[in-house]
Amino acid sequence: MEPLLEIKDLRIEFGTFEGISHVLDGIHLTLGRGDTLGLVGETGCGKSITAKAILRLLPIPPARIASGEILFEGEDLLKKSEEEMKGIRGRQIAMVFQDPMTFLNPVFTIEEQLVDVILAHGNGDDSGIPGGRLDRKRAIQKAIELLREVKIPQPELRIKSYPHEFSGGMRQRVLIAMALSRSPQVLIADEPTTALDVTIQAQILWLIHDLVQRHGHSVLLISHDLGVVARVCKRIAVMYAGNIVENCSTLQLFKKPLHPYTQGLLNSILTFSKRESEAQVIKGMIPDLIQPPPGCRFHPRCFATMELCKKEKPPMIEIEEDHWVSCHLYKR
Amino acid sequence: MKGKSSVLGRWREERESQTRSLKLIVYTLSRSPLSVIGFFCVSVFLIIALMGPMIITYPGDVKGAVHMDQKLRPPSSNHPFGTDEVGRDIYSRVIMGTRLSFQIGLIIIFIAMGIGVPLGIIAGYVGGWLNEIIMRVTDIFLSIPGLLLALAIVGALGPGIKNAMLALSIVWWPGYVRLVQGKTLSLREESFVEAAKSIGASKLRVIFSHILPNCTSPIIVKASMDMGMAILFAANLGFIGVGAQPPEPEWGAMISTGRNYLPDHWWMATFPGLAILITVLGFNLLGDGLRDILDPQSRI
Amino acid sequence: MAEPLLEVKNLKKYFLLRKGSLQGRRENVRAVDGISFFIGCGDSFGLVGESGSGKTTVARVILRLIEPTEGEVLWDRRDIYKFSESEMKEMRRNMQMIFQDPHSSLNPRKTVFKSVAEPLIIHEGVRRRMLRERVEELLEIVGLKGEHMFRYPHELSGGQKQRVGIARALSLHPKLLILDEPTSALDVSVQAQMLIFLESLQERMNLTYLYISHNLAVIRYTCDTIAVMYLGKIIEMGGTEFIFSSPRHPYTKALVSAVPLPQAEQPERMIFLEGDIPSATHIPSGCRFHTRCPEKIGAICEEVEPHTQYFSDGTQVNCHLYQ
Repeated sequence: MEPLLEIKDLRIEFGTFEGISHVLDGIHLTLGRGDTLGLVGETGCGKSITAKAILRLLPIPPARIASGEILFEGEDLLKKSEEEMKGIRGRQIAMVFQDPMTFLNPVFTIEEQLVDVILAHGNGDDSGIPGGRLDRKRAIQKAIELLREVKIPQPELRIKSYPHEFSGGMRQRVLIAMALSRSPQVLIADEPTTALDVTIQAQILWLIHDLVQRHGHSVLLISHDLGVVARVCKRIAVMYAGNIVENCSTLQLFKKPLHPYTQGLLNSILTFSKRESEAQVIKGMIPDLIQPPPGCRFHPRCFATMELCKKEKPPMIEIEEDHWVSCHLYKR
Repeated sequence: MKGKSSVLGRWREERESQTRSLKLIVYTLSRSPLSVIGFFCVSVFLIIALMGPMIITYPGDVKGAVHMDQKLRPPSSNHPFGTDEVGRDIYSRVIMGTRLSFQIGLIIIFIAMGIGVPLGIIAGYVGGWLNEIIMRVTDIFLSIPGLLLALAIVGALGPGIKNAMLALSIVWWPGYVRLVQGKTLSLREESFVEAAKSIGASKLRVIFSHILPNCTSPIIVKASMDMGMAILFAANLGFIGVGAQPPEPEWGAMISTGRNYLPDHWWMATFPGLAILITVLGFNLLGDGLRDILDPQSRI
Repeated sequence: MAEPLLEVKNLKKYFLLRKGSLQGRRENVRAVDGISFFIGCGDSFGLVGESGSGKTTVARVILRLIEPTEGEVLWDRRDIYKFSESEMKEMRRNMQMIFQDPHSSLNPRKTVFKSVAEPLIIHEGVRRRMLRERVEELLEIVGLKGEHMFRYPHELSGGQKQRVGIARALSLHPKLLILDEPTSALDVSVQAQMLIFLESLQERMNLTYLYISHNLAVIRYTCDTIAVMYLGKIIEMGGTEFIFSSPRHPYTKALVSAVPLPQAEQPERMIFLEGDIPSATHIPSGCRFHTRCPEKIGAICEEVEPHTQYFSDGTQVNCHLYQ
C-alpha cells in the first residue's frame, strides 16, 4: 500500500557563523494512512527541522535543502509552489506546536480565530455546496462542534473568551481543534505537551489518541520523551545527529532495541517505575554538526565501534519484520 | 593549570571570549550592507574629527579671517568646496565643523546619559513612589516636542553653543530614563538577579554589578542613534540662529548663511548640508546595525 | 536521622492582586496556604506539585527572597524571619539555591570566574590570587575544567551552566541546598548523570537537599521523603516509596497514573482528572481538590477542609476518605 507521506533521503544544511551545519543527513521516513509514528530524539537531533521541512516552514536561507524528496500522496512537496503549499498546510497536513500561548493571537477571541481558520481555506469539505464557502454562522457552529470534540466544557460560552482566559491545557485543545478543523490527513504534533503539567499532559495525550482512533488521522508525534510517544504511537523512529538510527514498532523498541544509541538512551533515562536501578551514562557529547564525525555519526560514543563505523555510514536495513536499523553491527 | 600563571597567558585566556565576540560582531555587521555603509560613514566622520587641524588648507579661515577678494568663488583646486561670502575656504570650515559637531554631540549624549541612566535604574529597581515621581517628571519632559523645548530653553538662556548644548541635554535625558527603567524592570525579575540576592549581594551590588552591565547594549544602540540626532538638532538651532554663533564653523549656521546665496552660489549651503546628511545617516544606520548585533538573539 | 536542620511551621504567603482600575478591588493569591514540614540533616526531601501548587514560592520564602505572610522557618531552632539584616546575610551562607533555568541564572555579562567568585568576594573579601585558586577548586568539584573559567555563559552548554550554578552555590560551604527543577532544562540522557553527580556531591560535602520538581521520576530517584502539594497545601507527605507505591490521596493517585512510562505495555486503567487546575485566586472551598476529585464523597468535601491524618508508617494525608 502506498504510504501517505514518505520522506526520501532528505538532506538539509544550515548556514551559520561558524560554517555549514549538516542538520539532516539523508533521512527516510514513511507514514501510512492511519499510522501513528513517534519521532524521538534529544535536542539538536533534527526532529523539529524534519517536521518543519515537511510543511516547508524552514527559512530558506539560511536553511538549504541539499537533496531528497518529501512525497505526499505521491507528489513531491519540495517541488510545489508556495500557492500549492498554502492549499496543503492546514488542510491536508496540519501541525500543532509546543507552546500554545505564542500561537494564539491574544487580541482576538477564540471564536474569531477558529472561524478564521475554517473560512480561510474556502471550500468546506462538508459544505455540501460544490465550490461554495461556509458562511460565518455555519462556521461558528462548526467551531463550537470542534471545541466540543476536544472536550472543552460549555463550548458555546467559552468560544467567546480570549486566549489569556484559558489555561495552558485548554489552549492546547484549541490548537488541536484548529489543526483538525479541516479534517487533515496528517497531523504533525511537535512536543505538544512539553509545556503542560503532568495531569494535563495525560488528558491531552488521551485526547489525541482518542481523536486519532475515531477519525483515522495519521499522526507524526515529535518528542524527546519516550513515555509520551509510547502512549500515543504504534511505531517509533529514533533520531540522532540528523539521522534516523532505528525505526520499529513501539513494542519492539522497548523489548528489543537494536541500535547502541537506542539501548544507551533507554538505559540512561530516568523512569518513574524503576527505583533502585542505576541509570547509565552514554559517554561523550552530541557531535558538532558543522564537522560531524565521518562514517556513522554515533561512532565516537558507541561501545561497539568497529573500524568500518569510522569510514562508512551504515545503510538503513530491515533486520526483522518492519524493524529497521542503521548500524554496521547488523547484517540483513 | 599551575603552568598558566604567566601574566600574558592569563591575559590571553581572559580575552579569548572577547575576541570571539568581536569576530561575531564583525561577521554580523558585514552581513548587512546598510550597516557597513553606516560604519563607513561614521568612521570617516570620526577620523576627520580627530585629524581636523592636520588636513585643512586654510586654518585661518576657520574662524576669523576675511578675504573679500576671494569671496563667493566656486569649487576649484584651491578651494574644493568653494569660498563663502567673506572669502573663507568652505572646505576647511566644514572639516573643522566636523570636529565641532563631534564635540557637541558627545557632550550632549554624555550629560543626558549621566542624568538619565542613574535615574532610570533607581526608578526601575526601587519602584514604588520614587518610580512614580521620576517617571511622571520624565513624561512631562517627553510630552514636549524636543526642538520646541530646546528653543524655549535657549530663548530663556540666550543664544550660543554652550546654552544650545545645555538645552539639548535637557531634551535628551528623559529618553534614557525611559529606556533604562524599562530594561531594569525586566532585569529585576531575571533568575541571576535572584541568585545574586540569594548569595547575599547588597542592593548596591545588584544594581552596579548585575543590572547596569546588562543595560549597556540598549544604551549603546540608543547613544549611537542619538549622536546623529543630537548633531542634527544642534545644527537646527544653529540654522535658526540660536545655537552656534558666527564665526563658529558650525554646519547649521553655515547653511543658514548659505541659504541666502542659493541657487547661484549653491556650494555654500550644499557642502555643510551634505556633511550633516552623511553624518546623521551614518549614525542611524550604524545604530540599526548595532541593534541587530547586541540583541540577545544573535548571541549564540 | 538527627534533629531537624530546617523546620517550616504553618508557612503562608499571600500575594495581593489589584483588580479593577478605579475601585482597586483586591484579591489574594494564596500561593502558600499554611504548610509545615521538617528536613533532617543529610536528608533529601522532595516537594512535588504541578503549576499553582506553590512549591516554587515555598523555596523563595524559605530563602527569604520574599517575605512570608505568616509562619516560621526555624534553622537550628531559630526563626530566620526574626533575623536582622546582618544576621540574614550570615544565614545566606547556610542555604543556597540551584535555580531552574541555567540559561538565565547566570549573569550573561559575567565570566564563569566572576560568577563563581562573587559569593567569596561578598562574604570573605578574598583577594585575587586566592580567589583564583578557590574558584579552580570549585570548578573541579563540579567537573568543569580550568579552560572554562573565563568563558561567558552563552559559550557553555545547558549542563555546563547548571554546573557553574552549582559551583557558585557551593562556594560558601552551605549546609542546605534547594534544587529547583535541577534537570528540567537538560537533555533526557544527561538528566540521570546530573542527579548521580548531585548524589555523590551530597555525600562528599555532607549536604542536605530540598528538591522541588513536578517530574516524579526525578523525585523518586533522589528523595527519601516527599510532600505532595496542591494549590498551596501539602495533601500527602511521607517516605517516597510508601507514597509512590501506594498513594492514598486521590490527587497523588492521579499524578502517579499520569506519568507516561517509556515501556511497551501501557497501563490499562488510567485516572483522568476533569478540568483544569483552579486559579489560585479562586481556591475551592472545603477540600481544594474537590472540584476535580474522582473519589469525592459528597458535601463534606465541598464544605470542610480535611485534617491531617497520620499513619504508623510515617506518612500523613489530608483527605476525608481517611477521617
